[in-house]
Amino acid sequence: MVSQANSGPQWSRRNFLATSVASTMSVTLLDYPPATAAPSSSADPRDPFVTNTTINERHYRLAFDVRTTLLDALREHVGLTGSKKGCDHGQCGACTVLVDGRRVLSCLTLAASTEGKNITTIEGLAQADGTLHPMQQAFIDHDAFQCGYCTPGQILSAVACVDEGHADSEPAIREYMSGNLCRCAAYPNIVDAIGQAKIKMKGA
Amino acid sequence: MQPFQFSRTADAKSAVLMHGSGRKDASSDPANASAQYLAGGTTLLDLMKLGVTRPGQVIDINDLGHTKAGTIEFAADGLRLGAMSRMSAAAEHPDIRRNFPVVSQSLQLAASAQIRNMASLGGNVLQRTRCSYFRDVSYENCNKRRPGSGCAALDGVNRSHAVLGTSDQCIATYPGDFAQALIALDARIEVLGRKGTREFPFARLHRQPGEAPHLETTLAPEEMIVAFYIPKGPYARRSLFLKVRDRESYEFALASAAVGLDLDGDSVRQARIALGGVATVPWRAHKAEQILAGKHLNEAILNTAAEVAFEDALPRSHNAFKVELGKRTLIRALRETAAMEI
Repeated sequence: MVSQANSGPQWSRRNFLATSVASTMSVTLLDYPPATAAPSSSADPRDPFVTNTTINERHYRLAFDVRTTLLDALREHVGLTGSKKGCDHGQCGACTVLVDGRRVLSCLTLAASTEGKNITTIEGLAQADGTLHPMQQAFIDHDAFQCGYCTPGQILSAVACVDEGHADSEPAIREYMSGNLCRCAAYPNIVDAIGQAKIKMKGA
Repeated sequence: MQPFQFSRTADAKSAVLMHGSGRKDASSDPANASAQYLAGGTTLLDLMKLGVTRPGQVIDINDLGHTKAGTIEFAADGLRLGAMSRMSAAAEHPDIRRNFPVVSQSLQLAASAQIRNMASLGGNVLQRTRCSYFRDVSYENCNKRRPGSGCAALDGVNRSHAVLGTSDQCIATYPGDFAQALIALDARIEVLGRKGTREFPFARLHRQPGEAPHLETTLAPEEMIVAFYIPKGPYARRSLFLKVRDRESYEFALASAAVGLDLDGDSVRQARIALGGVATVPWRAHKAEQILAGKHLNEAILNTAAEVAFEDALPRSHNAFKVELGKRTLIRALRETAAMEI
């Protein structure tokens, strides 16, 4: 994909992403049977590594450099750019996604380790008709962001925080959301948003 | 990040046999070996991105989490923690909270919810120091990263560095919390290597820097931690972890204390004390424990214990505050432990 980067004069981030998606789709459409043996990369570590994962309820078969993190796989191979790269070292939480329903840092997860896993990103939270997840709606209602860069990670972390039962009080929310930094310091509004969404999520 | 050969297995013995794949490992130090086990990845991936760790082979052992290595079990004589259990599972286990509060708290106060979901217990005790001269490869002088190259921290910015267990080769702080709980409660570990399993006191896992700061543990390169055993003891239930840091959550300790007390009324039958954030390895304060044994816990004896715990401290230019902070952290932890209602 990167090798196509000099293919035209009007190269932009947007059409780079579009190309990425298109080439990923062609890989996805190949219908190989799932690997039966434990996966192992070939003798030459520079050969592409193939992984089958489910992302936002859709199956993907992806081939990538074995060094690729889940975050880079999502953003640059699948075209799901909602997950953000903040520090890329597990210190900010902007890359938070759900793997098998548990919140993890996609920047410190090798994509090669996600074989057979179910991944949920910010793009997979709303319903098919566009109705927002209660947590997304609560972040809007409470103005729980300024620049919005940390928001996808905040929202996925917040959904998990409620699901884990760690949103029973303001101190609990603050403690269990401490892995998501917000340099705009929208923290009070984030806490309020989680308080609202928690009630709706329990009612759902 | 340099390319590596990636494989994945759900069998611990296969992982050990794969490790190195017959190649002679240039390094005798498992932390710098060319083959690395990948569990949560929260240390390994970070250090690989920084270029500090450059494995040619990565063996993903996360599937061991579905085996006995991923379970938490209680027996009559204590607790067995499978090394592939995640930090969050052990931190929030109701029986561990009740019967081994220092273990639960040491994990709960560490990292973030995301990292606790990822990181394994085995990987947790093997996490590498946060010394910025170790983590930043643009510094040439780091005896841990490049044996014999010197130590930039000795006369550098060393506010977060250790005051106990240091040498003139390295003053890097052991960063973890869980290890202090383990060492205070006389835990044992089981490791699997080419010659089978062996079990030994957790206190013998970490090595002080001495003349060889790059040798951090007593493990052979292919040896994998399989489990931790924590014996029941009268001090296990009356125990706590106190952590003092620059921000209230999601931060490494400047000073911490893992404390357990067995009380007879107001007097101490036995004390268990480990100190974190101030030492190069998980630090057991045996002498301070002996000071407290058989004594009433009053102001004078608490002060004496704290003085003794830090009598060998060697502060550098920016971390002298840790001596006083460490003493006060220990005294407060002992007071709060004595006041626990159990």
